[in-house]
Amino acid sequence: MRDTLIANARLLDPATGLDAPGALLIRDGAIADLGPGLAAPEGAETVDAAGACLAPGLVDLRAALGEPGAEHRETIASAAQAAAAGGITTLCVLPDSDPPIDDPALVQFVIRRGEATGSVALLPYGAATRGCAGAEIAEFGLLREAGAIAFTDGARAIGNARTMRLALSYARGFGTFVVQHPEEPSLAAGGAATEGELATRLGLPGIPAEAEAILVERDIALARLTGGHVHFAHVSTAAALARIRAAKAEGLAVTCDTAPPYFDLNETAIGDFRTYAKLSPPLRAESDRQAVVAALADGTIDAIASDHQPRDADDKRLPFAQAAAGGAGLATLLAVTLARVHAGDLTLLQALDLLTARPARLLGLPAGRLAKGAPADLVLFHPDRAWKVEAGRLPGKAQNSPFDGRALEGRVLGTWKAGRRVFGG
Amino acid sequence: MSLPYPHRHLLAIEGLEPPYIAGLLDLAESYALLNRSGKTQRDLLRGRTLINLFFEDSTRTRTSFELAGKRLGADVINMSVATSSVSKGETLLDTAATLNAMNCDLLVVRHGQSGAPALLAQKVSAAVINAGDGTHEHPTQALLDALTIRRRKGRLEGLTVAICGDILHSRVARSNIHLLTAMNARVRVVGPPTLIPAEAARLGVEVFHDMRSGLRDADVVMMLRLQRERMAAGLVPSSREFFRFWGLDAEKLAAAKPDAIVMHPGPMNRGVEIDSAIADDPARSVIGEQVEMGVAVRMAVLDVLSRQLLRNA
Repeated sequence: MRDTLIANARLLDPATGLDAPGALLIRDGAIADLGPGLAAPEGAETVDAAGACLAPGLVDLRAALGEPGAEHRETIASAAQAAAAGGITTLCVLPDSDPPIDDPALVQFVIRRGEATGSVALLPYGAATRGCAGAEIAEFGLLREAGAIAFTDGARAIGNARTMRLALSYARGFGTFVVQHPEEPSLAAGGAATEGELATRLGLPGIPAEAEAILVERDIALARLTGGHVHFAHVSTAAALARIRAAKAEGLAVTCDTAPPYFDLNETAIGDFRTYAKLSPPLRAESDRQAVVAALADGTIDAIASDHQPRDADDKRLPFAQAAAGGAGLATLLAVTLARVHAGDLTLLQALDLLTARPARLLGLPAGRLAKGAPADLVLFHPDRAWKVEAGRLPGKAQNSPFDGRALEGRVLGTWKAGRRVFGG
Repeated sequence: MSLPYPHRHLLAIEGLEPPYIAGLLDLAESYALLNRSGKTQRDLLRGRTLINLFFEDSTRTRTSFELAGKRLGADVINMSVATSSVSKGETLLDTAATLNAMNCDLLVVRHGQSGAPALLAQKVSAAVINAGDGTHEHPTQALLDALTIRRRKGRLEGLTVAICGDILHSRVARSNIHLLTAMNARVRVVGPPTLIPAEAARLGVEVFHDMRSGLRDADVVMMLRLQRERMAAGLVPSSREFFRFWGLDAEKLAAAKPDAIVMHPGPMNRGVEIDSAIADDPARSVIGEQVEMGVAVRMAVLDVLSRQLLRNA
């Protein structure tokens, strides 16, 4: 492969705090050099970045894919197209597919399908329990050998306290962690929206926001008991974040992520029964949204994940309570996060850290860095270029964006995976 | 009517401005008089097709709309879920496409899911009337209740109305709360805490858990139906306990004003939420008049929506 020099860029490496004009040289799929005054070697292809931002490719900690099992919603090929357009070069895949990823052969299947795309690395989670059914823990050791990055039941909470205790305890022996969907199942059963005035007005069955804090509180106690590492996914409430903040201060192995809907939207987005804004957990009150923003800024939240959940029109064109929960999130991950930068809540490096270096460090991956020798997984973006999210016109097959109609600033111009350009240009 | 109704559909009371509510009630009042006189007005909806699309069983509401449509001269067709292709897996929107192809003008929808009529309204060319959706709204019930109250009390403003029982699951309660608060009545909701929705006070009502204090000096006592499933779901322990504390009997009713009227949207569970002696007391119960006003109110709604059809044509 010919060397590529990306010249005239604003180099951004959140891990080192680098934010400086310069160029970056790609050789043999890795970053060969970067810095100011870098000249193109003989025969190299030069890309003029025209001052745009060059950052590590995004590491998305949490996405469900339609394949295997729901290819009518999305295939891995179509998800890879959306990921590339969103600047995502590493995608962690939830295991609650059909079949669930609870067997080493299935872990390897997902990894190989990712390799075949040539544009995004798919890193599968293993099921925390067999069939993601919440009862017996899965074969963490064998799944890990096959390449599972960590363990979770995806969108399903591990509700049984004993099962969660065993999972945290057993995972510790393999140096890995358990990702929890923090929602007390008996309080959430049948719910369609956050309990409160809006759900009451719309006549929708509510889920109290406390369902999140209750499971977080329990699992923090279990992490303390077992010494295991629990990671809470898509945290969305002030009460849960306060408990996570306290657990971290106590020195427990507790981490968490959130997703763009929880810091960009609040529950009013479901007004008039808008099913594209039906998510799990449900969108929250404005005060909770603000608490999520504050927890991003103070470092309590370790990563921003897309929380991508592909749904098709038939899943969504239903009365609200019957419609499937979940939003497409790959193509909008960067731009919705940048909205917090434009609003002054986060610095650009903070925002990128949450999308690259911090999730990579959590998973022990070499990705998420702009450094000599690191893989040349890169995203080039214009931080201010305006566009509008339009469901039906997004890259990839899944169009169920909760941000439909949202005007955004920040556009991906190019994506490179292992040195190969997979988007733009 | 002095004010033309401003919307294409009637999906909810929430958001409907007081002058339009008053206008609908005035028109319904004139239909009530017409109905009592035995006259009909069969030319207004001549050539119009009204479809009653009921995904949930209802005798009272469906019959009331059917009668209202026929009195105004419409061709009325009843579709119920048991006899339609919905039970064969057809989706709500497939049904909408079918109805569009039939050139239906007025579509009356009852559905077990909140928001289902709003979803249909986005996809059909007909004017949609919500005849009850899930636990969301039942606008014509609130209108007929308001008309009944207004006829008995001469006004809505300043009255104290106690809505009692299963507020959490009641679309009737929600529509009544929106309508009565918009018309400046004082609204109380009374029931066990497990059957009061979250943040109910934010709807502009006072919340009571004790019947005697909730009914004190009330002008209107509106009882709601308690479905047996609520006991199965553990929201209340038993029907006998519910009747003891929240069922309307003479002793609890004594807390209300001496001339307070008692209402129920039907069908009643006698001995669960209401004592038969109260339900059948002609001095207190206006349950029969509610049914009569139901036809008049639905005639008024069909009237204003069909005028909108002409305007949009």
